[in-house]
Amino acid sequence: MAALDEPIAISALQHAVYCLRQAALIHIERLWEENRFTAEGRVLHDVAHTAGERKTKGVRRVTALPLASARLNLTGVADLVEFRRDGDGETAFPVEYKRGKPKLHRADEVQLCAQALCLEEMTGRPVPEGALYYAEPKRRTAVLFDADLRRLTEDTAQAFGTLVAEGRTPPAIWRAARCRSCSLIEVCRPKATARSATEFRRRAIEALLDDDLGAGP
Amino acid sequence: MKKLLNTLYVTTEGAGLRKDGENLVAEVDGAERARLPLHRIGSVVAVGAVYVSPALIGALARGGIALVLLDRQGRFEARVEGPVSGNVLLRRAQYRAAEQPEEIVRSIVSAKVANQRAVLQRALRDHGDDFAPERRSAVEAAVERLARILRRVAFEAGGVDVLRGAEGEAANLYFAVFDDLIRVPDPALRFRGRSRRPPLDAVNALLSFLYTLLTHDCRAAAEANGLDPAVGFLHRDRPGRPSFALDLMEELRPVLADRLALSLINRRQLSTRDFETRDGGAVLLTDAARKTVLTAWQERKKEERRHAFVDEVAPLGLVPHLQAQLLARHLRGDLDAYPPWFWK
Repeated sequence: MAALDEPIAISALQHAVYCLRQAALIHIERLWEENRFTAEGRVLHDVAHTAGERKTKGVRRVTALPLASARLNLTGVADLVEFRRDGDGETAFPVEYKRGKPKLHRADEVQLCAQALCLEEMTGRPVPEGALYYAEPKRRTAVLFDADLRRLTEDTAQAFGTLVAEGRTPPAIWRAARCRSCSLIEVCRPKATARSATEFRRRAIEALLDDDLGAGP
Repeated sequence: MKKLLNTLYVTTEGAGLRKDGENLVAEVDGAERARLPLHRIGSVVAVGAVYVSPALIGALARGGIALVLLDRQGRFEARVEGPVSGNVLLRRAQYRAAEQPEEIVRSIVSAKVANQRAVLQRALRDHGDDFAPERRSAVEAAVERLARILRRVAFEAGGVDVLRGAEGEAANLYFAVFDDLIRVPDPALRFRGRSRRPPLDAVNALLSFLYTLLTHDCRAAAEANGLDPAVGFLHRDRPGRPSFALDLMEELRPVLADRLALSLINRRQLSTRDFETRDGGAVLLTDAARKTVLTAWQERKKEERRHAFVDEVAPLGLVPHLQAQLLARHLRGDLDAYPPWFWK
């Protein structure tokens, strides 16, 4: 991990696993295009992010819990962590609130797993599973923090941390399915940035000069 | 495509602007005259004595909506903005590029000369038969000489000073025949060479006002994309001068401002009554004329064109924003050059 004076936001990892360039545009370039999806997500979070604690039947429910991992250089706030009494102590069970439906890519799972890695470091106890609460089925989807997911989460944190440390934005790679539903497509311009602007300038001017018989605009 | 947000121009003396919920409310003599949701507004330009409530100033700053104060003559007085936005790495890249600005300047000057030439070609094509023969050949000669300058700027080596020289040469050629594009016989509406601070004839007064409006939009476009409006490439840094906003404006001037000035005069939307001459010869637009110009300006910005590089249809009013965005992408290493805007 490159040396960093600022930890990385856990919420950035969901962008980073979806697309490293998207994460760089948001967190390094500081570009943020709010579209309908992100606006709805924000409203949902405003509700979930009110700090509090409730206790029912041996489960302590803590909302808006600050999290950090020194090892992965991460920081963030969990929507909800349930601390479940078992045997000699409590096992943390993070729950993240999401707009819409469960997704085919693993961005939400990575974000949740990063919370689990933080909780493990902070509590010194294993965090084997958590849940994503999706607004559309209004139901929890259980997430098991297996070796694959942990590796993907750590690799993503590392790759994104390197970009942040170097202040670098990776080039765009057009991937139709992802690009079309990306809220940053108009600042990323994955198709235009693949073109040569020098070539564009040369050809445009040659065309204008060839066009001397008055076609013009 | 990003939405073209409204610029609200308030030109009524004594008008008051205040915030009501998430709306901007404009009042004249205590009566509500307009109500606009803040999320539909890109910037607010107050001309002359207009009162703006502190609550509204705060809401505009928070929302990243520029508030600009112009005096009655349309000269810039002040600008209220929120915290500096954007990316310090981009600004540093802009400052570094400003030390070696040659290729960016080449793009800007190429497009400016090409677009000036296009304005002349367009006039020849649309109204060539109305020209007196010697005037027609003068404009044709200017088109040809601008083509030579364009070829030189685009394809021959030459540092920034050579490019700046070519830009000046092109401007002289272009403005030398600009009067030939005015098709009304009125002697008070002739163009007698470029003059500013103060403008000495009606056409210059009109051009200066349109350039002020365009500078404002270019400055807003620079800031919205995280660029420093004061650090230019073609324009040298000078304290208090928005050099980069002026750079951004160069390619757009002929199309967005000059052609609009010509059509306002040629379509007789403005006449000699719309200008007043002060002692000493300064010529100013009347209050009523400024409203005519602002309305035409807003309409012109809605006209759509295909952007040749981005390959999307966009309203002309978004072109400063797109160009600032493309320059930012070039500075951050996404694009091998700054792709200029050619009017087609």
